[in-house]
Amino acid sequence: MSHRLINWFRYASPQTFYPLAGKMIPWFWMLAAIFGLTGLSIGFLLAPTDAQQGEGYRIIFLHVPASWMSMFIYLVMSFWAAMGLAFNTRLSGMMASALAPTGALFAFISLWTGALWGKPMWGTWWVWDARLTSELILLFLYIGFIALQAAIDDPRRADKAGAILALVGVVNIPIIYFSVKWWNTLHQGASVSLTKSPSMATTMLWGMLLCALACWMYSIAVALMRARTIMLERERHTDWVRTLLAAKE
Amino acid sequence: MHWNSLADFLAMGDHGLYVWGSVVVTALLMIAEPILVVRGRRKLLLRLMRQYRAEGVDRRDHRQPTTRRSPA
Repeated sequence: MSHRLINWFRYASPQTFYPLAGKMIPWFWMLAAIFGLTGLSIGFLLAPTDAQQGEGYRIIFLHVPASWMSMFIYLVMSFWAAMGLAFNTRLSGMMASALAPTGALFAFISLWTGALWGKPMWGTWWVWDARLTSELILLFLYIGFIALQAAIDDPRRADKAGAILALVGVVNIPIIYFSVKWWNTLHQGASVSLTKSPSMATTMLWGMLLCALACWMYSIAVALMRARTIMLERERHTDWVRTLLAAKE
Repeated sequence: MHWNSLADFLAMGDHGLYVWGSVVVTALLMIAEPILVVRGRRKLLLRLMRQYRAEGVDRRDHRQPTTRRSPA
């Protein structure tokens, strides 16, 4: 009976997490490329024409994964923010800050591709309906988080202020997700949901899921890269960063 | 393969502008982001190395603090 427990808190220290993240990044890039190329090939080369929307529906292969990612990254960011508030671990705040720009990027892509999809299908780039408005609010929450953290010099205080903003904003995520059910929106209902079987052709579904996986891998890779930079910046007074950079010279 | 010709593929059934407008902007942003992150990292590394070097010089200076006073 002498099995040892893995000490997970060991990985909460930037010093041990930094090299680990460095080793993982290339793998996530590779997976992102494989999933992305397969998903886009299926979506743009193999998937059939949509009965109602013609070829214009192919925007779905970018729009849906980006929208999912924008919401999911926010949840992960808030999780790290909450961990930071609860346990005061250094790594948590760094992870939250590393995720915010990528989340903002996906929120923007979601709105952009949505506008370009809305124009031919609905006849308008934008409407103030519940789904679109709440996604716009999500983009503003990301920007607000980044701006708030940038405005505070002390990183620990910046983390705390950002964490509170992030946690208050979490209420927006279920609003986005359920907006098409709760209100009568111009935006269509979910094509893929956790409760029903999906209402789309199998090829389309596979293309979309692979693109979504690619976005996951991309987000993890970029966020880890950014987290590593933030670690160096914040820990620049410590010995491990000094030793690391001395070895580089 | 779903398409009969390249022209067909590019036209996207009259929705080419919208589909390719989405693809191009998404691609540009997703390429730009990691490039910016790498650049930021390089800048930080240079800054930190310069800073450490400066601190090293400082420390040496403190050992003989009075030698560089003005020649009376």
